[in-house]
Amino acid sequence: MAPHPGTWLKVTPQGLYCEPGGFFVDPARPVPRAVLTHGHADHARAGHGAVLATAETLDILRTRHGEGAARVMQAAPCGRTLKHNGVRITLLPAGHVLGSAQVLLEWRGSRVLISGDYKRRPDPTCAPYEPAQADVFVTEATFALPVFRHPDAAGEVARLCASVARFPGRCHLLGAYALGKAQRMIALLRQAGWDRPIYLHGALQRLCDLYGRHGVALGELRPVPAPAKRGGTVLAGEIVIAPPSAEATPWARRLADPVVAVASGWMRVRQRAKARGVELPLVVSDHADWDELLATCAEVGAPEVWVTHGREDALIHALAQRGIRGRALHLVGRGEEGEAEAPEAADEAAAPDAPAPPVP
Amino acid sequence: MSLSAFAALLEGLLFTPARTAKLALLREWFATQPDPERGLGLAALTGELSFAAAKAGMIRELAAARTDPVLFALSYDYVGDLAETVALLWPEQRGGKASPPLVSEVVAGLAATPKPALPGLIAGWLDTLEAGARLALIKLVTGGLRVGASGRLAKVALAEWAGRPVEEVEEVWHGLEPPYLPLFAWLEGRGPRPDPGTAPVFRPPMLAHPLEEEDLAALDPRDWRAEWKWDGIRVQIAATPGGARIFSRSGEDITAAFPDIAEHLGFHAVLDGELLVLRGGEVAPFGDLQQRLNRRAVPPRLLRDYPAHVRLYDILFDGAEDLRALPTDARRARLEAWFARVSPQRMDLSPLIPFDTPEDLARIREGARAAAIEGLMLKRADAPYVAGRVKGLWWKWKRAPLTVDAVLMYAQRGHGKRSSVYSDYTFGLWRPDGAGGEELVPVGKAYSGYTDAELAWLDRWIREHTVARFGPVREVEKALVLEVAFDGVQRSSRHRSGLALRFPRIARLRADKPAAEADRIAALERWLPAEEGAAG
Ligand SMILES: [Zn+2]
Ligand SMILES: [Zn+2]
Repeated sequence: MAPHPGTWLKVTPQGLYCEPGGFFVDPARPVPRAVLTHGHADHARAGHGAVLATAETLDILRTRHGEGAARVMQAAPCGRTLKHNGVRITLLPAGHVLGSAQVLLEWRGSRVLISGDYKRRPDPTCAPYEPAQADVFVTEATFALPVFRHPDAAGEVARLCASVARFPGRCHLLGAYALGKAQRMIALLRQAGWDRPIYLHGALQRLCDLYGRHGVALGELRPVPAPAKRGGTVLAGEIVIAPPSAEATPWARRLADPVVAVASGWMRVRQRAKARGVELPLVVSDHADWDELLATCAEVGAPEVWVTHGREDALIHALAQRGIRGRALHLVGRGEEGEAEAPEAADEAAAPDAPAPPVP
Repeated sequence: MSLSAFAALLEGLLFTPARTAKLALLREWFATQPDPERGLGLAALTGELSFAAAKAGMIRELAAARTDPVLFALSYDYVGDLAETVALLWPEQRGGKASPPLVSEVVAGLAATPKPALPGLIAGWLDTLEAGARLALIKLVTGGLRVGASGRLAKVALAEWAGRPVEEVEEVWHGLEPPYLPLFAWLEGRGPRPDPGTAPVFRPPMLAHPLEEEDLAALDPRDWRAEWKWDGIRVQIAATPGGARIFSRSGEDITAAFPDIAEHLGFHAVLDGELLVLRGGEVAPFGDLQQRLNRRAVPPRLLRDYPAHVRLYDILFDGAEDLRALPTDARRARLEAWFARVSPQRMDLSPLIPFDTPEDLARIREGARAAAIEGLMLKRADAPYVAGRVKGLWWKWKRAPLTVDAVLMYAQRGHGKRSSVYSDYTFGLWRPDGAGGEELVPVGKAYSGYTDAELAWLDRWIREHTVARFGPVREVEKALVLEVAFDGVQRSSRHRSGLALRFPRIARLRADKPAAEADRIAALERWLPAEEGAAG
């Protein structure tokens, strides 16, 4: 009989550790050997010895951390199985961002599918999610509450375009995470017929270039120009993409009366969006929503699901009703980049769980 | 058009801080929606159309019957608002949905359906809608629609959309009922101007410009009349054979909040005056009047403890006779004659203040320290009563503001153009901390008064002196003194300091002054209205 995955895949302070293979998956601290699911900082840290990931993820790692990102980098294409110390390792597309992959581990007939972050919606900037069967499914739970149900992304982009038409004298400043969301929003705008140049905050340039090198066409992108005269403004009627909360920095003062838009799954809860001062909340997420989390767990067919980060209480409760055993892993250090972070923390990198400010 | 379009409008209004943007959204609504949907939507926004068909409990039960209790509790805990929780987690129908209802279908459905059938009706609608429209429907049927769109804003948007002065819209407005078909027909040039008949309608009031020192020197005292500017709220009383109304300065109907005035409006006239709380002939502090504002029903206790009164400034109509073209002096004579003839209850005349020279006026203004007086009004003797703010006819000359030196404690980013700028300031004053030392306690918040250069300087200072962040709020080092101007002080249980300032604004930055030399809270207490100051 095949060994239970719990006997060979261990939860350690550094993260998930495959004992017979001698490697970690998405470790939170530098380790000798790591398999990485994707390039977001809370999954792909610098300073490991040897790293295995998709070629795109390795390129992202190099772009962010230089050649010192890891001592040895090995690219593994999706769908091809490698063997390491008797453990079979297969990467499968996760549909989350460019290069994102699930890690399927097989040892002595026992299979674990580690999803990393994933989504089920079509995304013109990355390969679609590929389901696989496993004995244990390791899933995220970023949006694991029934209130999170992402609408059609094209409809949200249409709302952005309608707002640009409604306020031709204003610049639309779209906050989007630098890796993945920014490029997906650009690609969705192109699909919606927006063929004008799109203007980028400097922090997004290198990753957009990287997407271009990997064959993702994003159309004409330009840096945000400085105003001709001091105190002047630019880019009325145009769309600017910047990291979330860039509207709070002095940089944003050059933009003509900006409409602050944010593309994130968190925008679904309107009261939260309002509290953040967002004028145009767009519900576009690179994570699975509630229905998709449950559907994916059913599709993988694992009798046991391990939950890495997010709202594990709700997901484990719902899985139990479907006869699936859930287990919360409480991995440390997750959810600090990209949407997995709490919306409040997205504001100028404020400390999460900051107390409410005193009022007079 | 369906409820979904209305929900999109609602959401736009809710998230857009700028008035110009709200106006653009409303104009688009009037231009793109058919009758009667646009008028019903308008009425729902301005509160003219409000239902209490369903209680929050009914909505909760509907959701509970369709969701797992644990998941509902976790969701509610996360979202924090019942209506939004239900709207978000309402189970979506698989496959095609039925088409969503029109606003008019919702209105008709709520009116025609007996109570026991309401839950089924509402659930059926919710099944057809997306999350945003579900929230709009829930707010609509529970009477919880609050979007920050005032009636005034709606009228301005209508006027802009139709390319007419807003005063024309205001003059016909109060004779109309949702869905305002004759109004839209008139504004689109398809029908006659709606005739309010004998209904009491709002007449746009005449407003004053602030007086500058150089204007004062140019005044010939023989051509001008002076009276007090009372510190209440400006109202218009419209009493006609068709009924009686009390309107605020912006044309909101506030009759329901002041039954003690409304019951004495048996005459036929349109009057301009100041609404005050009056006790034993003395005008009570503005805070007392605030107890009476924004109410649909008034408890007897409030009627007894905060009796309302109208101090009359002007008369616009005597019976059906329009007096607005008469000069100020003639209208004053008509007002005095009318008052003597009718002897209205709960009203008196705002007295004229005699003066001979501009210096007299300056002295009178200096001497006005009663809390009930905001300053002086100056009216040209020969001015007709005209809508709006026409320069050179009426001046308002507020008394010099009070000031304190306060310490900046917290700063918050603004909205829209100011979303990258720390432009809202919470400031505090010193008080004994009970342990022999002193502590700062917040006393107010200011977000105006500074120049652009001062704003830029403050923003930089705040970023360089931040000690903690809470979302969009920064706590700063207690090191910067601001001279804060304000119009008055009153007691307030809602503020930690127990005091609230009226209209605080930044008068000057006092970077030269050490924070320890800023004012003590006792400096404010001496400005409290006399009777309270003595007691406190
Ligand atoms: Zn991620
Ligand atoms: Zn993640």
